[in-house]
Amino acid sequence: MRYDCLLDSVGRTPLVGLPRLSPSPQVRLWAKLEDRNPTGSIKDRAALAMVQAAEDDGSLCPGDTILEPTSGNTGISLAMAARLKGYDLVCVMPENTSPERSQLLRMWGARIVYSAAAGGSNEAVRVAKEMAADHPDWVLLYQYGNPANAEAHYRGTGPEILADLPTITHFVAGLGTTGTLMGAGRFLREHVPGVQVVAAEPRYGELVYGLRNIDEGFVPELYDASVLTTRFSVGPRDAVRRTRELLHTEGIFAGISTGAILHAALGVAGKAVRAGERADIAFVVCDGGWKYLSTGAYDGALDEVESTLEGQLWA
Amino acid sequence: MAVEVRIPTILRPYTGGEKSVDGTGGTLDDLFCDLDSRHPGLRERLVEGGQLRRFVNVYLNDEDVRFLGGLQTALSEGDDVTILPAVAGGAPGHR
Repeated sequence: MRYDCLLDSVGRTPLVGLPRLSPSPQVRLWAKLEDRNPTGSIKDRAALAMVQAAEDDGSLCPGDTILEPTSGNTGISLAMAARLKGYDLVCVMPENTSPERSQLLRMWGARIVYSAAAGGSNEAVRVAKEMAADHPDWVLLYQYGNPANAEAHYRGTGPEILADLPTITHFVAGLGTTGTLMGAGRFLREHVPGVQVVAAEPRYGELVYGLRNIDEGFVPELYDASVLTTRFSVGPRDAVRRTRELLHTEGIFAGISTGAILHAALGVAGKAVRAGERADIAFVVCDGGWKYLSTGAYDGALDEVESTLEGQLWA
Repeated sequence: MAVEVRIPTILRPYTGGEKSVDGTGGTLDDLFCDLDSRHPGLRERLVEGGQLRRFVNVYLNDEDVRFLGGLQTALSEGDDVTILPAVAGGAPGHR
């Protein structure tokens, strides 16, 4: 496949069958390999769509500074696009993310402002909104509320999956900004009667949640609960266990959030088997494992990895 | 139906500090009543007006019970129930 430049090569990722992990010939799992995007994650879709939309409506002009709260992948995608298109980028990122993410952001020339570990991504959002108020000339793309994020999946991820798997019964993806689930989920619901849209949400340790007041609960503006049919909450131990299972049985080297998504996918697969129903379950491989090697997720005792990840934003 | 119930830090004063306790019940509602008989006060922190409290999330085998049958969700032997305070990413849709 030939493209005029790297930015044009986003999307059109492979959907691969998982014959060894699938419970039966009637209940099959399919992996959408989003690590095959230009910077190695699904976030390239949303990031490039948000930049394009801001350029189109005139809010982003050459030489501008982009500001974005991110736990890593969106920032990395934006950093690449900003470099190619001539923007500056300031990322607000929680301090408890893997060091590889900071290295990658700096490599592409982004500036990083760290937000406090306690509060996780919510705190990064709060700090970014504060900074946006102090710098009215900066452009806050704001992935949690930017319709271009969900739109990228409505126009890209969803149609690609349906074209490759017309018999799809379940779509499983991670719940962060909610852009993937809202966009691809809406598209699939409009085209596949009865399709199940399943969210896998990372369950973090109490260090991330502990200091928060329950009234501070933050819901991304993009989120619409009616798009989902169910939601799973997956802790680091299961996420790592499934990440290893995917590597060992199917040869796919994925990041830890993908393990959480696979855990949910196997949950709905098990239900289909028990109900005696056929199922074609497509789930998202968000990124490759490269950025998480330092966490020890790929070898060693599960107990140790679990305690390493306890205070980290691993998804 | 014997199930294992994971208790968040904030509710551990009711379980004598235990991170996880065992209980029985055909539904989630039955389970919470059973737990309350040994850990008085716990149920009231979870249930209000016959429904799950707004800022409490309960997961059956990691699946959000609000998308299953709520308090009437049926339990099976060996199930795993997790109770979490609904904060942050934990709350969408249940405000």
